[in-house]
Amino acid sequence: MADQARFAEQTMEYMPALYAAALRMTRNPADAEDLVQETYLRAYRGFEGFREGTNLKAWLYRILTNTFINTYRAKKRRPDQVDLDDVEDFYLFRRIGGLEGADASRTAETELLDSLPDEEVKEALESLPEQFRMAVILADIEGFSYKEIAEILDVPIGTVMSRIHRGRKQLQKRLWDYAERHNLRPRADTTTGA
Amino acid sequence: MDCNHAIHRVYEYLDGELTVWKRRAIARHLDDCPPCAEGFTFELELRRVIVSKCREDVPLDLRARIAAALGLEPPQ
Repeated sequence: MADQARFAEQTMEYMPALYAAALRMTRNPADAEDLVQETYLRAYRGFEGFREGTNLKAWLYRILTNTFINTYRAKKRRPDQVDLDDVEDFYLFRRIGGLEGADASRTAETELLDSLPDEEVKEALESLPEQFRMAVILADIEGFSYKEIAEILDVPIGTVMSRIHRGRKQLQKRLWDYAERHNLRPRADTTTGA
Repeated sequence: MDCNHAIHRVYEYLDGELTVWKRRAIARHLDDCPPCAEGFTFELELRRVIVSKCREDVPLDLRARIAAALGLEPPQ
């Protein structure tokens, strides 16, 4: 069928990104696969209503997040309306020795980031409360604009900004907690650091 | 523009969500303040690391399941 072929041609390239996002949202591969499959089915059914030339990727993510919220949140008695502690700006950079410290070289900072195991980074992201996690995934992993995220999640832009900013800082805190527990420190340039 | 103002806007700056004027004011500050500039670069670097460490391969059977559900030929 021409229509199916056209749908597949336009949407299949987004599957790796949708699957990765689904995995971060559901936190388990079986649910992530079901979520992506359901997203494609819903998208296919609604494809006629999708206007060519508008943002196909954002449209697919809107279906993904709505399906996630409706299906997986329904399993819980109530969505987690948790709030996050305030974390200072540049949290990780300060801990690693930027600004005041200046005892870590740029390379040492980058090495510390690179030495974080993939699984820990995934886990830190997945440990964020749902509403913050979704905003951070859409902004950082997928590169959507605040306006696009506001449309995908159907919340005001101010809320999007707040969730992204706080979610990112909380993520930094969790990554730093890991680094501390495992004694990962940037190598100092000199012995006279702060 | 002082450091605190610039740092407070780091995400909006890196996300490309500021007006031209605010953007320029921050860019000027970063030109004059190496520690802030380094911090901004660090935030960008962190994002690159997070993106690269959160990649996933799509399970082959998922592609097949979706193709089948849509009535398409299975992927090669």
